[in-house]
Amino acid sequence: MSKEPENNCAGGPHGLSRRGFISSVSAGAAASTALREANAASFQVIEAVGTVLPIQLKINGITRKIQVEPRWSLLFVIREVLGLTGTKIGCERGECGACTVLIDGKPRYACMTLAVEAQGQEITTLEGLMDGENLGPVQQAFVEEDAFQCGFCTPGQIMAVEGLLRRNASPTMEEVRVGLSGNLCRCAAYQHIFSAATRAAERKKKGGMA
Amino acid sequence: MSHYYEEMEESFRNSFEPAPGPVAEAKIRPWEKTQLVGKGVPRVDGYERVSGAAQYTADIVLPDMLYAAILRCPHAHAMVKSIDTSAAEKMPGVLAVLSGKSPGADLPWYGGKAAQSKLFDTHCRHEGEEVAAVAALTPYQAADALRAIRVEYETLPFVLDPAAMQPSAPKLYEGGNAVGEPRIVKRGDVAQGFAEADVVLEETFYTSVQMHATMEAHGSVAKWDGDKLTLWDSTQGVYDGVLFGAARALNMPFNKIRVICKYMGGGFGAKLEVGKYSIIAALLARKTGRPVKAMLPREDTFLCTGNRPEARMTLKAGVKKDGTLTALQLTNLSTPGAYASGTSVGYQVAELYKCPNVLVSESGYYSNAGRARPFRAPGFPSGNWCLEQMMDMLAVKLGMDPVELRLKNFTEVSQTRQVPYTSTGLKECLLQGAKAFGWQEARAAKKSDGPVRRGFGMAAGMWSGGNGSPPYTAEVRLFVDGGITIKTGAMDIGTGTKTVACMVAAEELGVPLESVRIENADTAVTPYGQSSGGSMTLPGLIPAVRKGAWLVKQQLLAWGAEALGVPAEDVELKGNAIGSRSAPDKKKPLEELLRANGVMDVIGIGNRDPNPPKKAINPFGAHFAEVEVNTRTGEVRVVRLLGANESGRVINQKTFHNQVFGGMTQCLGFALTEKRVLDRQTGKMVNANLHDYKVPTALDVPVQHQVVAVDPQDTECNLVGCKGLGEPAHIPTASAIANAIYDAVGVRPTHGPMEPKTILELLAKKKRG
Ligand code: FES
Ligand code: FES
Repeated sequence: MSKEPENNCAGGPHGLSRRGFISSVSAGAAASTALREANAASFQVIEAVGTVLPIQLKINGITRKIQVEPRWSLLFVIREVLGLTGTKIGCERGECGACTVLIDGKPRYACMTLAVEAQGQEITTLEGLMDGENLGPVQQAFVEEDAFQCGFCTPGQIMAVEGLLRRNASPTMEEVRVGLSGNLCRCAAYQHIFSAATRAAERKKKGGMA
Repeated sequence: MSHYYEEMEESFRNSFEPAPGPVAEAKIRPWEKTQLVGKGVPRVDGYERVSGAAQYTADIVLPDMLYAAILRCPHAHAMVKSIDTSAAEKMPGVLAVLSGKSPGADLPWYGGKAAQSKLFDTHCRHEGEEVAAVAALTPYQAADALRAIRVEYETLPFVLDPAAMQPSAPKLYEGGNAVGEPRIVKRGDVAQGFAEADVVLEETFYTSVQMHATMEAHGSVAKWDGDKLTLWDSTQGVYDGVLFGAARALNMPFNKIRVICKYMGGGFGAKLEVGKYSIIAALLARKTGRPVKAMLPREDTFLCTGNRPEARMTLKAGVKKDGTLTALQLTNLSTPGAYASGTSVGYQVAELYKCPNVLVSESGYYSNAGRARPFRAPGFPSGNWCLEQMMDMLAVKLGMDPVELRLKNFTEVSQTRQVPYTSTGLKECLLQGAKAFGWQEARAAKKSDGPVRRGFGMAAGMWSGGNGSPPYTAEVRLFVDGGITIKTGAMDIGTGTKTVACMVAAEELGVPLESVRIENADTAVTPYGQSSGGSMTLPGLIPAVRKGAWLVKQQLLAWGAEALGVPAEDVELKGNAIGSRSAPDKKKPLEELLRANGVMDVIGIGNRDPNPPKKAINPFGAHFAEVEVNTRTGEVRVVRLLGANESGRVINQKTFHNQVFGGMTQCLGFALTEKRVLDRQTGKMVNANLHDYKVPTALDVPVQHQVVAVDPQDTECNLVGCKGLGEPAHIPTASAIANAIYDAVGVRPTHGPMEPKTILELLAKKKRG
């Protein structure tokens, strides 16, 4: 076993609830940086061994200080180290899109990004789309359109739609299909996902309201 | 251990013959009018699924948790000569290594009493068989440790195809490679039927191995507390699948194992039994005294968790000039892979149409490939592929409209059981589907003669399950503030079971949907529910939920009548009080009423009643497709699909539509792109990943996709009048697409999937004449 990482504090990976996060969209004005960093007191139950790098990741507006092995993927760190399991794992080889997060606003496969590479960038996960306990506009549209079955690909689909709408507020149906083509849905809820994307675009234009 | 599942698989195929016993409580009547049931409502667990609050097995992260990794045989057929784990054991972060020699790990596996194999068997009969396992602090260290295990294999000759039936073939088992005796279904006399026919056609068909490719991999998290084990498991059945299977494997009592699966990322039949990974996680957790997570890597799920077996089918059909079927004869040869599993495809041939003379003969052989598991309507898309293309061929030969030919042979009597259906919507699916699709106009339109040809096709289908049967138990509990909580061990694998359960309880008790909560799939807390398979959860569970809610209501009405001094029919539940309908000022708070009767909640235990005797309960459907075939590239584009499905009462329009869209799209993959590819030189799977194994993407689904929900108003099948939908929605789509391709270009793609190469070859052959 390796030596204890220096900042290994008490608490499970779920010690920080979704409530602790502020949506990256509205983060700027919402709270002081100091408070956010205090909330984000880093803890880690998974120990890094061998070459260990201390890194800082800005996830959902909060800076997290952690120790990682250079080979750890961003996906592994988000899910298993930080306990943000809204982001799903489907293949770990860039084929399914279940792990889609936004990096500097663009949809990216977290499984194909090393944690060390993601430093200095704004990372947004599914949890970051929430406003407290309230769903964000894309999430709300997915519920209303029944845009999922098992729901396992859903976080990735939602992040892909979020990313699409951030760069194109009024996508055509063809643009929606292309925008979602990197996200597999084995349950094949595609028709409802397309409707949800359209509804989400409308919601966003009205400032999040239906 | 898998004997149980074989039986269950069988029960998918054979309609349930109810045990003698009381029929449904006479007093529960079909609803005359419904407030909520039949509407389209968002799911009750939608918030959890889109917010990240839903915890799937893959999401379980426990303090001190270790990660397991499983070493798998890289050869198609090999004997393990020796395993050296000493180097792996010394690696950083490694806490345990397990192999067949480890104490407690020498367990029988596959095939029930006559076990065919072991948890770690030295005889590896296909690529990917389990050889050893490790637990380490991180998955990265676990993967490092696997690479440090030294295994000496003796590779053996392997066999992948029907050559396995030859005496000289490499043997998987001492007794040879035949899977039991041929299975025969016989009715009437086919020779006589063919003699009576005006037209007899015969054709050979083939369908490839399709992979489940669930988005959440298979896996389990195991945690011990003394002699009690908790398993979070990605499963379709916390009871039949994991609890009973794990208890048998570990020789433990049922109440000492707690299995939890509240959210599951796709199963489609591949998650009906306890996995080797579940038991490996439990053994590693016991050895290390720490929780262990064993989620399979994507590649492993392709090699070891099941598939829809291939089918080599020859179908001969006889028909009179007027379209009356006189005889159907099917042979099917298939392989379940290296271990026993169902491979039958013939049910619809013997059941879908009225036909007096039928002979189905099916046989199988073992081969050095991953074992088949039930896959969404096991055997049905394949059987449909040959039956419904044959119907199309007969229609062409007779110059008859394909819809009309099917209507001509429509029956209201189950052909295999010779009892009537409680309802059959097949006729309405054909008629309403054709109308909504614009079938006649489409078929009559002039064909273009450019390089891209348009065609229209259809196919009908039915499912042997979808009936549901006892046992199921639903606990319905009313709080004194009028809130309801349902508890059931049944699963919601994405079909929306939880939502329809809440809708039905709300309907029965006359409360808003928001007042109903459901907790499910936790064997320590929720009562028994069957595995989700056979499209039986809805028709199995939901009548039990209604019964439970009804019992709660009966109790309230009785107590209320007494307290208010009015007849029970006059009493109604109003928020957190009961009141009189006729005298609105007569009411009493629930808390007062319940306390007066010595309780603080009312609990109704709803058990699933038996199905009506001497009746068949089956769902039906008819699917329509429009395709464009590029005669230069062989590419097929499905531009329009329509699914007309009858599954009894439609409870939630939203989830009904979703299910039909999804089922049809999955079958579109079966039709056009999905197949397991095994390398003939090595016997290894070459497309064991989601890039090379092609499931439909957002760009492959048709722009226009329509659902027609046919409701036959079945008041007989069960207390709610519903049948299952998940599987019937998946069955005839591929055949409809194949028939549309024939309509477009005049070649019949009898071998699936219909890849561009296949279409080009057929077109070239046609040109040569
Ligand atoms: S898990 Fe990252 S693309 Fe599949
Ligand atoms: S909802 Fe199941 S994979 Fe998309």
